[in-house]
Amino acid sequence: MKLTLRVWRQKNADADGAMSTYQVDGISSDMSFLEMLDTLNEELILKGEDPVAFDHDCREGICGACSLVINGDAHGPERTTTCQLHMRSFQDGDTIDIEPWRASAFPVVKDLVVDRSAFDRIIQAGGYITAPTGAAPEAHATPVPKPDADLAFEHAECIGCGACVAACPNGAAMLFTSAKVNHLNVLPQGAPERETRVLDMVGQMDAEGFGGCTLTGECATACPKGIPLVSITSMNKEWLRATRKVAKK
Amino acid sequence: MVPVTSCDMALATRTDRRPSMARTVWDSTVGKKTVMAVSGLVMLLYLVAHMIGNLKIYFGVEEFNHYAHWLRTIGEPFMHYEWTLWLIRVVLVVAVVAHAVSAYQLSRRDIKARPSKYVHKKARSSYATRTMRWGGIILGLFIVWHILDLTTGTVHSGGFETGKPYQNVVDTFSTWYGNVIYIVAMLALGLHIRHGFWSAAQTLGAGSRTRDRALKTTANVLALLLTIGFVAVPVGVMTGVVS
Repeated sequence: MKLTLRVWRQKNADADGAMSTYQVDGISSDMSFLEMLDTLNEELILKGEDPVAFDHDCREGICGACSLVINGDAHGPERTTTCQLHMRSFQDGDTIDIEPWRASAFPVVKDLVVDRSAFDRIIQAGGYITAPTGAAPEAHATPVPKPDADLAFEHAECIGCGACVAACPNGAAMLFTSAKVNHLNVLPQGAPERETRVLDMVGQMDAEGFGGCTLTGECATACPKGIPLVSITSMNKEWLRATRKVAKK
Repeated sequence: MVPVTSCDMALATRTDRRPSMARTVWDSTVGKKTVMAVSGLVMLLYLVAHMIGNLKIYFGVEEFNHYAHWLRTIGEPFMHYEWTLWLIRVVLVVAVVAHAVSAYQLSRRDIKARPSKYVHKKARSSYATRTMRWGGIILGLFIVWHILDLTTGTVHSGGFETGKPYQNVVDTFSTWYGNVIYIVAMLALGLHIRHGFWSAAQTLGAGSRTRDRALKTTANVLALLLTIGFVAVPVGVMTGVVS
């Protein structure tokens, strides 16, 4: 495959960026999208040019490190992570636009790499349970009804890649935050901190400068793990419940 | 050594002091959306009543004018003349202001949260979703014109007469611009309700996987009924059924 790539290049956080055009040849349709970028970078390095910076880690779709907006879609045309996107999803001779996640809470570090530490701070605000650590507890000590366990697992699938923020026209982190809130709030282990968790995580989400939800549904469409839009509804419900409960104390 | 009293203990362990409920709601994006949802539903309820009232124009001058007069005498003798009407007006003004201020603040925040656009543009989300902000502004301007036209008569096209709403309505819809402004605004209203009603349900936590289809259908039916119901009045005047 022969492709024309238009890639966002930006020296550092303060520099102005622009789209640069590159030609790549000899791309196999079995390559992953990141391997295609590796091929481009090898050529750039041989020519003595600065390779394109992009985030990647496990390359098996479970770590949430890869983060590219490909032809206007977060993670590209397939519903998966960029590392699991293969070049067979494109045609020979295609022009592909590659851009970083866009949100003021995710500033560009270099080229296609953005700083997603805002997500870490949302987790630090309440995305955990306060429990004594040590040996793993006996699995049957706390019974969890199967439907609750399934619901928690569905939300726990969130890998925190930020595609929801990238796809949202408001740069909102509602889908991410709701996945993390619901994951723990439906489980008995999460119950003691049920109210403070949702209040603090939503508070941190707002403090990070993410936008609000206008329920366009772009986030759920982009999510490589299929976190549903109704997850946001559940978090809204939890938030309203917590607001009432905490006010009574 | 200073003995630790139970009082000190209580002070030291009490770490969950939080701002008041009103503060929490107003400072949060989720809370402001709740304000928008509740105020939106209040206005929606009013619109249903308003539309049904408007349709009385098809039953002739007397019934319509009598209905308009009755609006001023609701609750008598407990309420004084026009008290109930003013109460409704106050609630509506509060709802409109709360809705608009929240929308303005949230929109400012949303635009700030996504300052740079993608180079590769894509057609995204439904028309109703994309037109919520502009549609809201159109509706806000419409409300101002509508009150100046048919409540105060300030910008009315004919000779506005208090207590003769039937003739006033006919006058308004006898002008081309009266019809254009009204019909455009009612189409904007339909789109606004289509996305707004469903969104309000999600914001208030009333949505669920099993209820989603029912909520979307309700939103569409409400949007369609209100638009048709309101537009029926200028259409009636234009076709001569109401004159």
